[in-house]
Amino acid sequence: MLNFTLRRLAQSVATLFVMSLLVFTGVYAIGNPVDILINPQADQAEIAQTIARLGLDRPLWEQYWIFLKGAFSGDLGKSFAASIPAIELIFERMPATLELAFMAMLIAIVLGIPLGLLAGLKPDSWIGRGIMAGSILGFSLPTFWVGLMLIMVFSVQLGWLPTTGRGATVDVFGIPVSFLTWDGIRHLILPATNLALFKLSLLIRLTRAGTREAMLQDYVRYARAKGVPESNVVRVHVLRNILIPIVTVVGLELGSLIAFAVVTETVFAWPGMGKLLIDSINVLDRPVIVAYLLVIVFLFIFINLLVDLLYTALDPRVRLKGAR
Amino acid sequence: MHSCFREMIVETTPIPAFPLKGKEFHGIPSPSGGGLGWGWFKTLPLLYAAFGVFLLTPINIAAAELRIGLSGEVTSLDPHLLASQPNLTVGRHVFESLTDVDPQTKLIPGLAERWRAIDVTTWEFNLRRGVKFHDGSDFTAEDAAFSMQRPLSIKGSPGGFASYVRAIESATAVDAHTLRIKTKYPYGALPEDINSILIVSRKHALNAGPEDFDAGRAMIGTGPYKFVRYQRGDRLELARHDNWWGKAPAWNRVTLRVIPADPSRTASLLSGELDAIEHVPSADIKNVNKNNNLRVTQTTSWRTILLHLDQYRAQPPGVTDANGKPLAKNPFMDLRVRQAISKAINRNAIAERVMEGLAVPANNIVSPGVFGHNAALKAETYDVEGAKKLLAAAGYPNGFHVTLAGPNNRYINDEQILQTVAQLLTRAGITTRVEAMPMSAFLGRVRKEETAFALLGWGSFAADLALRSLVAAPNPEKGYGAWNWGRYANPKVDALMEQALASIDRNKRETLAREANTLAMNDLAFIPLHHQVVSWAMRASLSYTPRTDEFTFAHHFTPRTP
Repeated sequence: MLNFTLRRLAQSVATLFVMSLLVFTGVYAIGNPVDILINPQADQAEIAQTIARLGLDRPLWEQYWIFLKGAFSGDLGKSFAASIPAIELIFERMPATLELAFMAMLIAIVLGIPLGLLAGLKPDSWIGRGIMAGSILGFSLPTFWVGLMLIMVFSVQLGWLPTTGRGATVDVFGIPVSFLTWDGIRHLILPATNLALFKLSLLIRLTRAGTREAMLQDYVRYARAKGVPESNVVRVHVLRNILIPIVTVVGLELGSLIAFAVVTETVFAWPGMGKLLIDSINVLDRPVIVAYLLVIVFLFIFINLLVDLLYTALDPRVRLKGAR
Repeated sequence: MHSCFREMIVETTPIPAFPLKGKEFHGIPSPSGGGLGWGWFKTLPLLYAAFGVFLLTPINIAAAELRIGLSGEVTSLDPHLLASQPNLTVGRHVFESLTDVDPQTKLIPGLAERWRAIDVTTWEFNLRRGVKFHDGSDFTAEDAAFSMQRPLSIKGSPGGFASYVRAIESATAVDAHTLRIKTKYPYGALPEDINSILIVSRKHALNAGPEDFDAGRAMIGTGPYKFVRYQRGDRLELARHDNWWGKAPAWNRVTLRVIPADPSRTASLLSGELDAIEHVPSADIKNVNKNNNLRVTQTTSWRTILLHLDQYRAQPPGVTDANGKPLAKNPFMDLRVRQAISKAINRNAIAERVMEGLAVPANNIVSPGVFGHNAALKAETYDVEGAKKLLAAAGYPNGFHVTLAGPNNRYINDEQILQTVAQLLTRAGITTRVEAMPMSAFLGRVRKEETAFALLGWGSFAADLALRSLVAAPNPEKGYGAWNWGRYANPKVDALMEQALASIDRNKRETLAREANTLAMNDLAFIPLHHQVVSWAMRASLSYTPRTDEFTFAHHFTPRTP
């Protein structure tokens, strides 16, 4: 167990290293942030001074080396555009994104698993077919379009919910969260629904497929033959068995929800990390881009580890083989 | 001379059946700034078509709160860190500058009541008396002198305001209400330049970094609004400064929301969550106007869209004959070819169709009403046959091939402009290929000198300042021509521009600047396309004088009877 965790951590460090190198060179290849940030009135001397001030006149390897040295002492550099530490910018925005992603995942799970189960148990009924047809829409409609439609219907036409932004926040252990205020929840509903839609469809399909397969298994027939009530069959024998792939997917998808909430955050002007990333890419604010991607890679690694550990809890047959 | 200033309601027309294209753009003084490319938002007008009519919640002016949707991302509240329009927009609510500009870019007194040049390199500013900072302390010449020096002292600044103070040798407080600025050389544009330098409180900003401004600790200015709360990437909340020297603004609370995505900004106005928005997407203006509860005001912006032509390399990249072989000489160096290009472009079609009315055809380096504009210069008329004749006379009867490069996320409908220009030129015989890319990548290409024909947008307070950056022969020592991508060089224009900038007499300076502008335009130093039109949308119960410099100020919004 310990061995497994340690090996995972070693892999993670290597991944982080490769990632930083790729992003660093990638952003360097696109162009010079000073060209975009500089005041148009600036003359050649000032442009050169600014480039030197930000250390962008040094060769790439040297810039990377400076970054690495900083990174090992926990300093990922200062944002060019905001002139404050990149990691601070990211952590400042992280609660908003996490809140949005968790809320979206919650919606996806709470609706997705029961609906999927229903569709799996009654595949030929109109309700089963209806659920499946709906999930196709969830898959195929582009997020930004659905987001705009949600705004048009629920905010502009009906006036029920706010269009954009994050609502009032309260501090919990120093972290500002908005899901504890009514205003915050009202602001959260539309973006979370928008973000949840794709995952919801995914969970419906996954649960349905798992359910259909499980229903044909011998243990289900045996349980039925034994006279176990149908509700128990579903709860104990079906649901429990299909939960493993679902947990894997939820884990991985949670990572992608956090990392790629960009579109939803943009449409709803949600002040999260995704919006920060886009803004930073547009001005080639390299310290922020690199720091963001490192944080995301770290998050993925962490979630994967968590999922692996969760397996053992769900399925006693799974053993984490550390010393293979 | 016709006035560039107009406040108008765009007439109502039915929704077109074809998908109009709207593009978000940032109001950062061109060409810098982070434009975001939301190509996937272009379908919004179809959404409107689907919904047709909008509901609008009733408004409550009595609350005296104003909520404005801004289009550009604010990177920092530090007023001396990054000279981007969004940063200056929020900065100017809290801070003020010595000189101010009115909605038509005319210089007016700000914190300085008046100023004059004592000799060619010494300026004296008489500061307004009785001005209080938000903490109650008095504003003095010491604060002004300190603010002139602060931009240069910020470590790791991404090139903010140093350009505006580079001519300053020293700034000293003669007494509490007199500031004397010595310049390194005779420099007439000093009052324009220091308009961008916001005055901070020396006491609070002396040891403050950007983080102190973001946290509000150092946000102590003299401006009409006081800092209340800032949430990066979301909003800035402000409260009225009741001791402000100016006419008290109508709103005691102001929220500036940052919503760069065009459709979302418009939707927030439609839903009644915002009272006003800046940079209304061109495709949405008609729809906003159909709504009786809303109105649009607009004016010609100071931003001029132009095409730079390579005029220094014998064989510029991308310029070839029909077989892809390099030409014997650079065609752009021939005035007749430049004239042909100018004649081949149908500026009215671009303004009316591509820009949907949000452009004014240009033949000036600065917009109408801006210092040094020459109203006598009329935009070139569209004349394909004339263009073909000129090309033939220049030795290109069969035309040639060029590549036109430009950004696709920076100016209003920039990519469509590129495509349209390419088609028009191709029709006249110059087969044109378009390379449109995000601004960051585009500027990278330009820096590597990989473009010979490129689109740029420029906004300026004065023709001589614009000429110095765009048209003067590149000269790193003097700081000329930093954005003269084509390296156009004309000693006569340069001399006039230099004389203009050195003139402390404004009338003389404007005459010289206008003359230089005229000379550069007649010689087609670059191909001017159009001046952008900038628009604001707001509740019908509000009024805003549209500003040529594109700034959005809460304190300039006033209530009006619809």
